[in-house]
Amino acid sequence: MSNIITVKDMCLWYGDNQALKNINIEIPEKNITAFIGPSGCGKSTLLKTFNRMNDLVPDVKITGDIKYNENDIFSKEVDVNSLRKEIGMVFQKPNPFPMSIYDNVAYGPRTHGITNKVKLDEIVEQALRDAAIWDEVKDRLKKSALGMSGGQQQRLCIARALAVQPKVLLMDEPTSALDPISTSRIEELVMELKEKYTIVMVTHNMQQAVRVSNYTAFFLLGELVEFGKTDDIFSHPKDKRTEDYITGRFG
Amino acid sequence: MRTRFDEQLFELNRKIIEMGAMCEEAIAKSAKALSTNDMRLADEVKNNSTLIDQMERDIESHCMKLLLHQQPVASDLRIISATLKMITDLERIGDQAEDIVEIIKYMDIKSTEEITLIEDMAREAIKMVTESIDAFIKKDVVLAEKVIDQDDIVDDYFLKVKNNIVYLITENHDNGEFALDLLMISKYFERIGDHATNIAEWAIYVVTGLHQEEQK
Repeated sequence: MSNIITVKDMCLWYGDNQALKNINIEIPEKNITAFIGPSGCGKSTLLKTFNRMNDLVPDVKITGDIKYNENDIFSKEVDVNSLRKEIGMVFQKPNPFPMSIYDNVAYGPRTHGITNKVKLDEIVEQALRDAAIWDEVKDRLKKSALGMSGGQQQRLCIARALAVQPKVLLMDEPTSALDPISTSRIEELVMELKEKYTIVMVTHNMQQAVRVSNYTAFFLLGELVEFGKTDDIFSHPKDKRTEDYITGRFG
Repeated sequence: MRTRFDEQLFELNRKIIEMGAMCEEAIAKSAKALSTNDMRLADEVKNNSTLIDQMERDIESHCMKLLLHQQPVASDLRIISATLKMITDLERIGDQAEDIVEIIKYMDIKSTEEITLIEDMAREAIKMVTESIDAFIKKDVVLAEKVIDQDDIVDDYFLKVKNNIVYLITENHDNGEFALDLLMISKYFERIGDHATNIAEWAIYVVTGLHQEEQK
């Protein structure tokens, strides 16, 4: 098993406030890694750093290394748009664009220069199939995406992320705004997607981390406290802080 | 933060202690029945065994409820899963005490050296049961390991009884049935020691997350 993202001695500050302290972690390829920890522990910050979403935040300072496939993601040669094509993101709240279902999915490929209708049709269908929503939307591709249910919108957003054929999918609490049925559909989907993609997921739902992920990283106050196989972390964690958090003694 | 869950775990502990005490009482009575030939004790052990079975069901459903409601992880999960396993051992101890008095009922007990040996053996076995439950409740690995070592003492008693019995039969064939009954009784006490060993191993698992063979 190889690692697709490697973080070495990384620190991050928002102004004077240090949000991440000396993080070292390796994200295994084609696996699902869950980031857990109380609010404000830095897990979403780290996730967003992987595709340089934090570039958009003013006053951010980062030290240390992050390598994606052995390449420094902060290097001057890196084109942020290509990086984000490789490392896609799905957010907590479904955020479809106010356009048709088809155009939502075709948006990414179009911005990357694909205009051929047949080719686009193919990409859209494949992405919607991969996101397990094709059967529900194939007859209304030209309808507005805003008319879909929350769970469908989230799967559409996953399809939109998949349409540019990324290698890594970052998911920031992808089911926290969804009902239990939509949640379990997304969880099933995520587990299928790991055949082709590497997934890193922030979740506040411990049981979701147990059900879905292969590896779990526990963060606290900007530190990575413990990282390991999910089954190990949830059956006998090594650090008392991990134990106390996952058993609900604080957090 | 998690008061209710802690209360439920506390209640679970209380029930394990109660079931453990019932088992200790059952073995003590079966040993006493052997030395006093008091048949009322035999009936008491039988009743006790029914209560132990009920307690096992009760603890089992308590654990299932905790699994369902609290979706436990880490040490909580280990305690609950280990409890589900160790109550089977406790229940077997209750059954074996009953099996012992069942034999005693139809035995013509003579005061022999073997009876004294079995009484000593029973004392060791009861001690193992008491300490294994103590180790489980207090999450005491050192005590659990002591219990596991103690099993050798009980096994040695069994071998002694067995050797004596061979002699008893050779000496006089009329002793045959009595001798075999003694062998069965001592075998049951030896098994009780094994169940206490299992409980001690679960106590270690609760603390370390590892089974004994994995630790080596």
